[in-house]
Amino acid sequence: MKKLLLEKDHIEGIRFYETYRREGGYKSVEKALKMSPAEVVDEVKKSGLRGRGGAGFPTGLKWSFIAKPEGVPRHLICNADESEPGTFKDRYLMEFIPHLLVEGLIISSYALGSNVTYIYIRGEYAWIVDILEQAIAEAKNNGWLGKNILGSGFDCEIYVHRGSGAYICGEETALIESLEGKRGNPRIKPPFPAVKGLWQRPTVVNNVESIAAVVPIINMGGDEYAKIGVGKSTGTKLISACGNINKPGVYEIDMTISVEEFIYSDEYCGGIPNGKRLKACIPGGSSVPILPANLLLKTAKGETRYMNYESLSDGGFATGSMMGSGGFIVFDEDQCIVRHTYTLSRFYWHESCGQCSPCREGTGWMEKILKNIEYGKGKMKDIDLLWHVQSNIEGNTICPLGDAAAWPVAAAIRHFRDEFEWHVLNPEESQRRNFGLAHYADPLIPIGELV
Amino acid sequence: MADQPLVKVTIDNITIEVPAGTTILNAARKIGGDVAPPTMCYYSKLEDSGGKCRTCLVEVSKGSDKDPRPMPKLVASCRTAVMDGMEVKNITSQRVITARKGVVEFLLINHPLDCPICDQAGECDLQDLSYGHGEEGTRTEFRRRTFEKHTLGNQIQLHMTRCILCYRCVLVADQLTKTRQHGVLDRGDRAEIATYIEKSLDNDFIGNVIDVCPVGALTDRTFRFKNRVWFTKPVDAHRNCSKCCGEVRLWMRGDEVFRVTTRRDIWNEVATASDGKTGWICNECRFEKKKVSDWVIEGPTKVNRKSVISANKYVAATKPDEFLEEVMKGVKPRFMLDIHNESEVNEPELRLDLIDGPAHSNDFKIADEAHNKKLLNGSE
Repeated sequence: MKKLLLEKDHIEGIRFYETYRREGGYKSVEKALKMSPAEVVDEVKKSGLRGRGGAGFPTGLKWSFIAKPEGVPRHLICNADESEPGTFKDRYLMEFIPHLLVEGLIISSYALGSNVTYIYIRGEYAWIVDILEQAIAEAKNNGWLGKNILGSGFDCEIYVHRGSGAYICGEETALIESLEGKRGNPRIKPPFPAVKGLWQRPTVVNNVESIAAVVPIINMGGDEYAKIGVGKSTGTKLISACGNINKPGVYEIDMTISVEEFIYSDEYCGGIPNGKRLKACIPGGSSVPILPANLLLKTAKGETRYMNYESLSDGGFATGSMMGSGGFIVFDEDQCIVRHTYTLSRFYWHESCGQCSPCREGTGWMEKILKNIEYGKGKMKDIDLLWHVQSNIEGNTICPLGDAAAWPVAAAIRHFRDEFEWHVLNPEESQRRNFGLAHYADPLIPIGELV
Repeated sequence: MADQPLVKVTIDNITIEVPAGTTILNAARKIGGDVAPPTMCYYSKLEDSGGKCRTCLVEVSKGSDKDPRPMPKLVASCRTAVMDGMEVKNITSQRVITARKGVVEFLLINHPLDCPICDQAGECDLQDLSYGHGEEGTRTEFRRRTFEKHTLGNQIQLHMTRCILCYRCVLVADQLTKTRQHGVLDRGDRAEIATYIEKSLDNDFIGNVIDVCPVGALTDRTFRFKNRVWFTKPVDAHRNCSKCCGEVRLWMRGDEVFRVTTRRDIWNEVATASDGKTGWICNECRFEKKKVSDWVIEGPTKVNRKSVISANKYVAATKPDEFLEEVMKGVKPRFMLDIHNESEVNEPELRLDLIDGPAHSNDFKIADEAHNKKLLNGSE
């Protein structure tokens, strides 16, 4: 397949302006600035590009929702607060091809009429801030930013803003609050950012990869881009693969390959090390439900599961998962799901903003119950209690962090209840081994009774 | 709001017309009674409040006439505007009742439940909420989260352990006073109301944070441990004050004024004063005027008879609105009391509230005779 985003990432010096420009960079800006902003939005709409941040909302549609009141500035914010455990695709993009993001931002700002555009980057990516700022300075020196870009009369400035290490600031309204200099609490919607966002002005928040994908869309045309991929999953997607695989890293896929091919082919993950077998996988970043091997490779109906939005969510949450942000975490047969779930719930407990009660109190409660089960102090009723707690959190919170904390716990109990029970029944052994039960979900065993 | 077009909304089978842009909660409050969802963080007198506690979640079973799809998630009624033809389920939805039980449980798992020594007990929103909407018993066996006690100046005591993080006090300081010295530090269940570096809160109107606090997290140090709320009786009073409206509620026992607070409406929010503005009071009225001679007494405050404050034959107890019959489409709910009504064994023609002191068998004698006569006449 033809790579669109990571096509040139191997070229020496692509990080710097001269090489990037020589390799055909900033062509899309020249093309886009000759079009009208509405035409650019139309191209993105035609491409069928879906938001790469996790929710998969069509980007073109999102752009067309932005309110355009007279005399009120609009803003574009690039969400580079990539804090989801297991997801590191944006880091790769920004670190090695920063100009691609800058190029995408110029076009997107032009399409949305944003004269002041922000990149909100997570504080831990400290060294990438320097890379981005250098790229922005280079672009500005060469006339791609600033006043009257290419004589089109369009002004644009890009600023990089560093977050202070909060997962919640990846939620778009919390990000806006943080950018305004306030405590990063998600806002209560409505009003949506497209109507009242940054400083009460219409705002669009897009993921790094979504913005970068605008560049090939303009270069090749929306219709041409839509031909790549399958169904509503158009274009290419960056997947950051990690866990028990031979070749962890960031891969660009065109969403037509199967999950099995992605894990086992040498082009991508290269199989599981030491000849171990596949146990489970989280296909889209830590928030999405974990899937056991039998449901990962094939859907509940027995069809092959592919790496795209529709196929991964086939079967709903009972037997499916989500594409999410593309953080592909693979577990081999030696991994303990209870310990893993405990680690994740500790993360969500630590990152909850504390604004709404189900998430503030519920995440801490789940963490404590899971800690007890993992360290051999659990009781059988704790598993049911855990199920009730997560169901009381899910859907009742202000922002999706509550759901993100509840889903992994729900899926772990749904698919690996026997492992939780083993921990309760064998408290001493589960403590001594420190890894708990290494239980292999055999793809040949039919799906157990769902909770 | 007068020029706004009216929209029709049905809440728990009761249809009401409200101006467009009203929230579901305010529409439900217009009906009143049990139909209004409980609130812990929403405060109609404070801008931008609400949406945080999630106790006012309701189910929207029909979005509007134009778009009749139901909303997939439960919505916070305090922040969701009504649409024309919207149908909302509050107490008629099992989903809502379950979710609310869950929220109450979450609010209580780290609450110290030190009601016996808490000054707020008896007028605490969290107590009312958990009696009305919670479940008996607790499912948590973990140590509760605790914080150090803080004194915010001479007048305000902060018990962070009891706090439910409704943000009301932060909004009061933002909207009523010139500078805000306290806010929320940290995140998650470690989040706390604090001044960062120990400071006292000494704005003229900062005392109002005590009144907006739904729990006993912020209490009046001048009233601390002096008396239980239900032993003091509320009396409406006013004085000429240069800073505020001067319309207050005195909490008296005998001739002694124990506490001065703002007046509350039936939703336990600060009532609107006679000048049409919200009746916030200044610190001078609240903390320094504690003599009856400082005030012009208007009379006893009307108190809902369900409240513990109306105990001990209180003269101004009022009956709460009840809508259960309408909600159940005309079906009358059956209470324990109804059994007595039907069996006719316990129907004395005697008003127990007119008897001075506890009733004796002698008091029933006359009534019994009349009753027997009636039975005899009936059989003839």
